[in-house]
Amino acid sequence: MKELFLIVHSLCTGFYTTLKHVFRGPATELYPEYKRPLPARSRARIILTADPDGRERCVACYLCSAACPVDCISMQAAENPEGRRYAAWFRINFGRCIYCGLCEEACPTAAIQLTPSFEHADRDILKMVAEKHDLQVDHCGKDQNYNFYDHAGVADAIRPKGGHVNESPPVNVRTNMP
Amino acid sequence: MGLWLTGYAVLMIKVAVILTGVLLLAAYLVLLERKLLGRFQARIGPNRAGIFGLLQPVSDGIKLLTKEDVIPQGAHRRIFLFAPAVVAATALLTFAVVPMGPDLHLGGRKIPMVVTDMNVGLLYVFAMASLSVYGVVLGGWASDSKYAMLGSIRGAAQMISYELALGLSIVPVVMLAGSLSLVDIVDAQAGRPFILVQPLAFVIFFLSAMAESKRIPFDLPEAEAELGSGYHTEYSGMRFGMFFLGEYVQMQVLGALTAVFFLGGWRGPFLPAPLWLLVKIVLVVTAMIWIRATLPRFRYDQLMGLGWKFLIPAALINIVITGFVMVGI
Repeated sequence: MKELFLIVHSLCTGFYTTLKHVFRGPATELYPEYKRPLPARSRARIILTADPDGRERCVACYLCSAACPVDCISMQAAENPEGRRYAAWFRINFGRCIYCGLCEEACPTAAIQLTPSFEHADRDILKMVAEKHDLQVDHCGKDQNYNFYDHAGVADAIRPKGGHVNESPPVNVRTNMP
Repeated sequence: MGLWLTGYAVLMIKVAVILTGVLLLAAYLVLLERKLLGRFQARIGPNRAGIFGLLQPVSDGIKLLTKEDVIPQGAHRRIFLFAPAVVAATALLTFAVVPMGPDLHLGGRKIPMVVTDMNVGLLYVFAMASLSVYGVVLGGWASDSKYAMLGSIRGAAQMISYELALGLSIVPVVMLAGSLSLVDIVDAQAGRPFILVQPLAFVIFFLSAMAESKRIPFDLPEAEAELGSGYHTEYSGMRFGMFFLGEYVQMQVLGALTAVFFLGGWRGPFLPAPLWLLVKIVLVVTAMIWIRATLPRFRYDQLMGLGWKFLIPAALINIVITGFVMVGI
């Protein structure tokens, strides 16, 4: 008798639970109509950001390329007359990219960053290869303030020798003789 | 000769109307089921093809017709091709004896709203129900696949277990109606539907009919978790579609039979008779979908146990009690 009651009770509980869901209404978000704003740190399309001065952050150090587990990043380093390194060409094959974010972690200048933009599927796999101008953006991405050349010690027109963060002014070696 | 021709034409028209209606309803039952399942699971269900997804059955049909139809190399070709037709045909044929409404008087002629009023209609229904298992068994056997074979064996065992309970549960109804003709059974419910006097028979009939039509929680012949997808694992394209169609037609058959045996058939106030039958069919189908949304699949021994140890004895006891009550009255 007790067993029968248990059976009936659990059956009723089950049917009531499913019925409740009918009146709860769907929890579905219809994707192309409604695009849920993704968290800033969600990992999708990769960009190359600019520094606060508006110049490119990437110094073509190859660290992202080295960190990449699927070898989808390649580049060629070059140096401008000022002495700053940059990438002569920079290429990411999004057909291979696994969006792991290791390139972003490896980057010493916060140049390469992953963004929440994920809608870039394509029927032609060759269109998935992004060149430097496809990747470059004119903003700083997630880190608005960091400027590698504030710390790098490379003197240029904006930051002369001694003008960098935590850098002492140059010492006149002729004045500190013993 | 002229009379014979008119009779033939009327019969053909009736068959055409019922076939069209049943097939159309089957297509939209799939949509109804998917929509309702969606609601039961707090999601929306198909809504892309047409407004509210109403063109979904059309696109499903186009997809099934244009898909590649694979026939396994080791399959017994003729039987493999034949089996889906058995399932679909037996389900469709059952509708021949389901009365859709009261007699129609057209130009001095009496036209019964049923394709054929057999005096052994009930036996015919059970014959068709038993035959439908052939489609499952032949399909599974001819596929040359162990999963399909296991599924069809399960199907056969399951059908045998529930066939008895199904037949026995209807005996009290026949006793009360005094006829095996479905038309007479509906007429016998003019006063009150049999569900009020035979609730136990209704429960047994509903359970065993669900098991007969291989619906969740009795879907062991097509258990996708254990058997790939059971007896139709190797089927593709429209041949799979025929199995699928057969299943949904069988849902309608079940709804129609439940309506005829227990819910008073086409009888009801206000609405026209065929509409009442439709309403009752959809009601039963909705209940089945609700059950599908709620209960998990039975274990095999539980399924057999329910049939042999519970439903058949219960049906027998019900017959005895009905007999005593009728004699007492």
